[in-house]
Order: sequence, then structure tokens, then C-alpha cells
Amino acid sequence: MQPILFPQSAQQWTVSKLTFYIRKLLEEDEILQDVWVQGEISNLSRPASGHIYFTLKDPSAALRCVMWKTSASRLRIPLQDGKAVEIHGRIGVYEVSGQYQLYVDQIRPVGEGALYQEFMRLKAMLEAEGLFAPERKRLIPMFPKRIGIVTSATGAALRDILNTLRRRLPLVEVILAPSPVQGVEAPPALVKALQSLVLQSPDVILLARGGGSIEDLWAFNDERVVRAVANSAVPVICGVGHETDFTLCDFAADLRAPTPTAAAELATQITMIDLRAAVVSLRSRLNSATLNLIAEQKSSLTSLASELRYVSPERHIQSGRQRVDELTRRARSSLSQGMQLKSAHIQGMRHRLEALNPMAVLRRGYAVVTRNDNNNVVSRVEEASEEMRVRVSNGEFEVKKLDHRKS
Amino acid sequence: MPKPSSKKTEKAVGELTYEEALAELEEIVSALEGEQNQLDESIKLFERGQQLAAHCGVLLEAAELKVKQVVGDEVIPFEELSE
Repeated sequence: MQPILFPQSAQQWTVSKLTFYIRKLLEEDEILQDVWVQGEISNLSRPASGHIYFTLKDPSAALRCVMWKTSASRLRIPLQDGKAVEIHGRIGVYEVSGQYQLYVDQIRPVGEGALYQEFMRLKAMLEAEGLFAPERKRLIPMFPKRIGIVTSATGAALRDILNTLRRRLPLVEVILAPSPVQGVEAPPALVKALQSLVLQSPDVILLARGGGSIEDLWAFNDERVVRAVANSAVPVICGVGHETDFTLCDFAADLRAPTPTAAAELATQITMIDLRAAVVSLRSRLNSATLNLIAEQKSSLTSLASELRYVSPERHIQSGRQRVDELTRRARSSLSQGMQLKSAHIQGMRHRLEALNPMAVLRRGYAVVTRNDNNNVVSRVEEASEEMRVRVSNGEFEVKKLDHRKS
Repeated sequence: MPKPSSKKTEKAVGELTYEEALAELEEIVSALEGEQNQLDESIKLFERGQQLAAHCGVLLEAAELKVKQVVGDEVIPFEELSE
């Protein structure tokens, strides 16, 4: 049989073309593009580039794996040689070295898959029951006086919460119901802690735990704990793990916080800053209200005073005084008129009196003769007595009757 | 609205909690801002308000987080671990 030196039908391949063809085959396979693989890590290498290289092995096979920096930064668990893990990714071909490999986007500890299944089953069940319904969520009080905390007495979560409360609202009273937060004893202890805390009637309860693996946080996916949270008579804020961790308690709580610190922040929406500002503003309102009031009183006092001046008796007194003056003047003028009249009258009287004055007659040479015995004026002959007195203008003298005759 | 001063229990300012003091201060301010008051009454309210504001300030600055814990049916002080 002759060797076929120049086969006519065979396609001419280059390494690149063939490798590209293989790559296409693998990368167009839907199963290979979305696989979970279980194995043990070996030959772990983490160069400065931030990408991670390792080989995933089981007793009879090995798989080259690459995890790019962007996926590696989301890694939640430490990697080390010999660690059993479950890896998700897609199969691809590195053409330069002709190797197929797994491009990894998630790594989780072995067993987590089963936990995740259980998580999803329980979540679906409780969701169907309506335990997570939005209308069940209660409002968190703005300004709690008493905050309950359910967490480990020794954990970092408690320290973070207390520091946050101390910084934001040290007026608050804190009641801790300590409980283990992981392990088989944790779920019943958490339920009991919640119940005994509710008896202290805090305004809000923080259910908290620091970060950890999904197994570490598992107590917060326990059906008993989830139901206790949903049925709590006091609103619950759940702050378990880190930002990316979701537990069923998060869904059951009235509010989910990404971390314990955030839970403490969400429980203290009003802080010391607000309270100080409130006191300052109340104080200034107090001052200005009082000043306004005094100003009002002052101005109404002023207007009352001017009204009072208007109705004051002083005005009556002044006008009375004026009237008195006027009357006085009138009285005075009428009086003097009367006086003049009277004095003229008196003058006239005086003249008339003068005319009647017997003395004036005497001055003209007449005399008045009166009887001595009875002082009667003698105006007729018959009236003459023996002895009589004769009065003239400047004196008198006595006379004796010698005879008498009638004329 | 009832006059704050006519409340049946007017406690000494120093005995009020922060919440009580703040609530009464708010009441007094609204009373002073609202209806017409007698001047001497208003001055009394103002003085009480000033005491309340000062008291609130003092309580805020002196506030220290009180931490207790539930142990069984009892509530006892909680000693924090010093770091």
C-alpha cells in the first residue's frame, strides 16, 4: 500500500485554524458555557495582575482554571491549595498554548449548593405564605427612646452598633438580648432572645450579625428564626453579614440593612445634630415670639395712652378753666358797669341829699329852733316854749321867749 | 389648645426627661406664637421656655448611651468589653 503523499480531499489546516475550530466547537456548546464543577484546588497562583490561576483536580482528572481580576475581587472565601470547592464558569480555549480551560466567575465551598437549594425552597414557601409581603412591613419609628438588640454579646456587630448609636443618638436606651448567632444552638436562642426583648417593649429591634460564610449566617435562614422575626410585635431591622449577603430574615424583617452599622443608622433617623438644631430653633422662636409679644403690648400701650390722653379729664379741666376765665371776665365787666351806674346814682342821691341837708340851709342864714324840754323843732308860733335852742351854721345858742305873735 | 401653664402636673424643669422638656418647649413656643396672651402669663411662659431649652441643651451634651441586657426575665446593666 502506497503512502498517500498528497491526498486530494483532505482540508489544509493550520494550527491556528484548527485551534480556532476547536475553540468554536467548545464555546458554542451550551452546557460547557454554564457549568458547576466540583474539585480540589491545586497549583494556586495569584500574580500581581490580580487574576487567579489554579488547577481543579479530582482523583482522576485535572482542569486548568482562570479567574479574571473582576470576578476575583468579588470572591467571598479564601482560596488555598487542597480546598474543596464548587466552581462556576465557562469552558474556553487558550489558543497560545492550545489548552482548554475553565473561565471561573464564582467559587463556593462544597456543600453550599445544597444550602442554596434549601434556601430557595424555604424562601419560596414562606413567600407563598405571605410572610415577606410588603404590606406586612411596619414603619420604623423616627425617634426611638428604647432600642433592642439581638446579637452576640461578644461580636463585632454589637460593638459597631453601640458605637454608631453612641455617635448618633446617645439619648437612647439600649437593651441587649444576647444570643449565639451561629451553630445549632443559635436558632432557638435567637427566637428566645427576640421574644424576651419584645417583653421589654422597645421601639425597634435590631437583629444583627457580622459577616461570614453562608454557613456562618445560616441561623438567619432558619425557619423558626424567620417566623419569629415576621411575627415580632416590635418592628425589626435586620442587619446580617455584608452588603451582598441576603438571608431570609432580611426578607421577613420590616427593614433590611446591609450591615449591623447600617441597621443602627436606620434605627436613628433623628440624630444629635437634628436635636441640637431643634433646640436652637425652638429657642430662637421662643425669643422672637416673646419679643413680638412685648412689641405688640408696647404699641397697644402707646395707642391706649394716646386714647387716654384724648379722653382725659384734663381736657375738661382746661376747658372748664377757660370757661371760668370767660365767666370771670364777663362778670367783672358787668359788675363794673353796674358799679358805674350805681355810683352815678349815688352821686345823684348825694346831690339830692345835699340839697336837703338842713345845714346847707343854715349856711344860707336860716336857723333851726328846738324846744329845750323835748327837743322838738319849733316850726309854728304855738310850739314855742320858754327856753329854746337856736342852731345856726357853725353852732347854737339858747334863747328865752319874750313874746309871741302870729304873722 | 390648652395653655401649657394650666397643665395639672407642672414638674420642675430639672426633673424632666429630654422628650418631656422638648415637648413642653414646643407647646410653649406654639402658645406664644399663637393666641393673644396676657403679658405676665407670657413672660412666665417665656421664662419656663428658656429653662426648658437650657435643660434640653444640657441633657443633650451630657447624654451617655445606657446599655442593659436581658438575662432570663431580668434586665441588668451590660458591661461592654473594653477593646
